[in-house]
Amino acid sequence: MLKVRLIPTILLKDGRMIKTRQFSEYRDVGNPRTVAKVYDAQRADELIFLDITATVENRHFLFDIIAAVAQECFMPLTVGGGIRDVAQARAILTHGADKVAINTAAVERPAFITELAKKFGNSTVVVSIDYKKNAKGKNEVFTHRGTHPTGLDPVAWAKEAQKLGAGEILLTCVDREGMMTGYDLETLKQITSSVSIPVTASGGVGTIQDLVDGIVIGGASAVAAASIFHFTDQSIFKAHSHMKQKGLSVRK
Amino acid sequence: MIVIVDYGLGNLFSVQKAFEILGAPVKISGTAEDIHTAERIVLPGVGAFGDGMEFLRTKGLDRALTEEVIGKKKPFLGICLGLQFLAETGEEHGEHRGLGWIKGRVRKLAAEKQGLKIPHIGWNELTMVRASPMFTGINPDADFYFVHSFQLQCADPTDLVATATYGEKITAAVERGNIFATQFHPEKSQDNGLKLLENFIQWNP
Repeated sequence: MLKVRLIPTILLKDGRMIKTRQFSEYRDVGNPRTVAKVYDAQRADELIFLDITATVENRHFLFDIIAAVAQECFMPLTVGGGIRDVAQARAILTHGADKVAINTAAVERPAFITELAKKFGNSTVVVSIDYKKNAKGKNEVFTHRGTHPTGLDPVAWAKEAQKLGAGEILLTCVDREGMMTGYDLETLKQITSSVSIPVTASGGVGTIQDLVDGIVIGGASAVAAASIFHFTDQSIFKAHSHMKQKGLSVRK
Repeated sequence: MIVIVDYGLGNLFSVQKAFEILGAPVKISGTAEDIHTAERIVLPGVGAFGDGMEFLRTKGLDRALTEEVIGKKKPFLGICLGLQFLAETGEEHGEHRGLGWIKGRVRKLAAEKQGLKIPHIGWNELTMVRASPMFTGINPDADFYFVHSFQLQCADPTDLVATATYGEKITAAVERGNIFATQFHPEKSQDNGLKLLENFIQWNP
């Protein structure tokens, strides 16, 4: 039986690991390599790295980190942040990533999803969708790290991304990110029931029960979290064990 | 020397690093010469069936592989698409001819018809169909990491070593003489995966 996946997210900026709230209020929280090793030892099911490094000059940090982590952690790695063409995706993959996550570039040029899927296979392509409530109170997809409104509805965009060849959706509710108040289960449910590819829920986990809710209520195939593993005494072990207690099928 | 066959797609780094950690001399190469001098051959895999086979044929790697693996019986490990290539036919984006070392076809997973998500991504437990030295020291119901939308349906059931369940029984590992291949990714399956790769280094079929 397929197990539900618990995925810590590691946000990177200029080679350091950071944490944000609603995509702002940056805090440095440590060395990403050390943190990745801890998650590996605690048997996380995958790792997601998202790089928000501002300058091209500092992008080499990302390659160094991915290569270093891939040498020590023999587990699936998804890497995203500023990937705009096939060559950049290939560079990320040859440094040890298994999947690439694309966000802004996919919205600007949807055919990019298909290009990557044709080249590396659908299951290598994760389309990352950031959304928040707009002034009219409606969910809207935002790019450029939550700063550019796109006019896209997240449900419609997730369906389109699937059609274009995405193998997975990484869905982040910007309003919830770093707030530790739980996932936006309503939107999550809408999207998981509209697509036939796996969806990873992200943004808002504050308790280990939120992870269970993301799967049971939200219909997610995988649950991502960051703050809970940094700022509380909850660990991957405790989260897995709680999920198992609640009847979810987790890895042995 | 273990040679990891490079056909220009995806992550070969992890397979290489896993063998290095296990202390085995290893090289990534896309040339027929290196396949001829290899002691053991690993065919990893990401990408699409048709493009991958096309690449192997254009570079003459299919012939080199057949000479060394079928002719000289060198120990062979296929991973993911590297397992699917062993089939006679693949049905991903039209019909394509495979290496034909294992009888059967590569078909799309039936899971979608049952409301399950495709690709099949994540950790799934194995059911052993028969004993294999490649699983020495690994629990028979161990979890391994899968990521795929197609699977090889074996025509000869004696080739099948392990299955996993995802809506239907799917082929997880095959073995025929000196040929062994997994649909899952041992290089991404933490301790269980490293154990399997270690078994491959020591395997004398």
